[in-house]
Amino acid sequence: MTESSPHGEGSNHAVSPHAHLAHHFDTPGQQYDSARLGMWIFLLTEILFFGGLFCAYAVYRANRPEVFLDGHRFLDKPLGAANTVVLLFSSLTMALAVRASQLDRRKVLVCLLAVTVLCATVFLGVKAVEYKHKWDHRMVPGQARIEAWFSRGPKDVTPGNEFRPDEAYVKEHLEKAGYGNLDKEGLARAVKNLSTFMSIYFCLTALHALHVAVGIGVMVWLLVGAARGRFGKSYFTPVDLAGLYWHLVDLIWIYLFPLLYLIH
Amino acid sequence: MDSTAAAQNADHPEAPLAHVADARVLVAVFAALIVLTGITVAVSYFDFGVFNLLVALAVATLKAGLVAAWFMHLRYESGLHLFIFLAGVAFLSLFLLLAMLDSVQYHPDIQTWEQRK
Repeated sequence: MTESSPHGEGSNHAVSPHAHLAHHFDTPGQQYDSARLGMWIFLLTEILFFGGLFCAYAVYRANRPEVFLDGHRFLDKPLGAANTVVLLFSSLTMALAVRASQLDRRKVLVCLLAVTVLCATVFLGVKAVEYKHKWDHRMVPGQARIEAWFSRGPKDVTPGNEFRPDEAYVKEHLEKAGYGNLDKEGLARAVKNLSTFMSIYFCLTALHALHVAVGIGVMVWLLVGAARGRFGKSYFTPVDLAGLYWHLVDLIWIYLFPLLYLIH
Repeated sequence: MDSTAAAQNADHPEAPLAHVADARVLVAVFAALIVLTGITVAVSYFDFGVFNLLVALAVATLKAGLVAAWFMHLRYESGLHLFIFLAGVAFLSLFLLLAMLDSVQYHPDIQTWEQRK
């Protein structure tokens, strides 16, 4: 990919080939266009990838709105909003980083990429705090089974009763949210609803968090390359493509946030 | 009018490969996104009945549109990328629509079954 090669016959070029031009492309512009096209097709597959989970969300919410009404009370709205702002800011710094690479501004590029990585890490940190909170109150789906694997939890875990949240906490939290006094049946129903909601919540946000983590890896690689001066006016494709990926991750969170945290 | 980078670059080898975004525009889009986030959070404290979900999704789509148009520079490129993006959205909508149609169709049957339990 980084080899120089002589042009074939019929080329219009008067200048020597760019160092980054692969032999099967005629011009750097064509190479860049191909790369972007490929990236957009990949983003298309990502949209459909998350689309499957969004479909599960849609079907469940249409059939059982109370599952989501009950479940979302256990999510922290301010933390979710903070995460949204952090991710939007990281999208801005990434877009500015692409611009910096196009203008040969190496130091600015390195700074902006570093800030993007930092924001992404903050996002994952907040998510970790939220997940730990769920774990502490035993609201992670299958938590009883996971604990049984590590020989720490109860011994009687069957597929039917893997979800055993801290019932005192659930009761107290729902009553504070205005549910009135919950009797035994009401509490059992709430726990069942919570199980479904938590499954959907963890699947969606964990898959998204995985994409964020992969994005961090890609951006660290970019950071190293940028520090070594690999990117500039004639070759900034990796920064541009990583930027597209990162904006898609942001796009998905833009939809996840209201759908999970802002239900009423 | 072919505005792809390859076409431009073939004529002028030293021309920029792509449109360079204006930093002020990017910051303005970011400000708009923050305002919209504030709106969507504020609106969540009020009850509009059946419009709750619609309002939330409308604001989210507006934000997504801003990110796609300016951050992902769809606005400055040939229509092919926009077509791919919209194709994805279209097929996703088809996917959700068919699943929901099916689900709504059998809603009464589910309710009957549940009441019998």
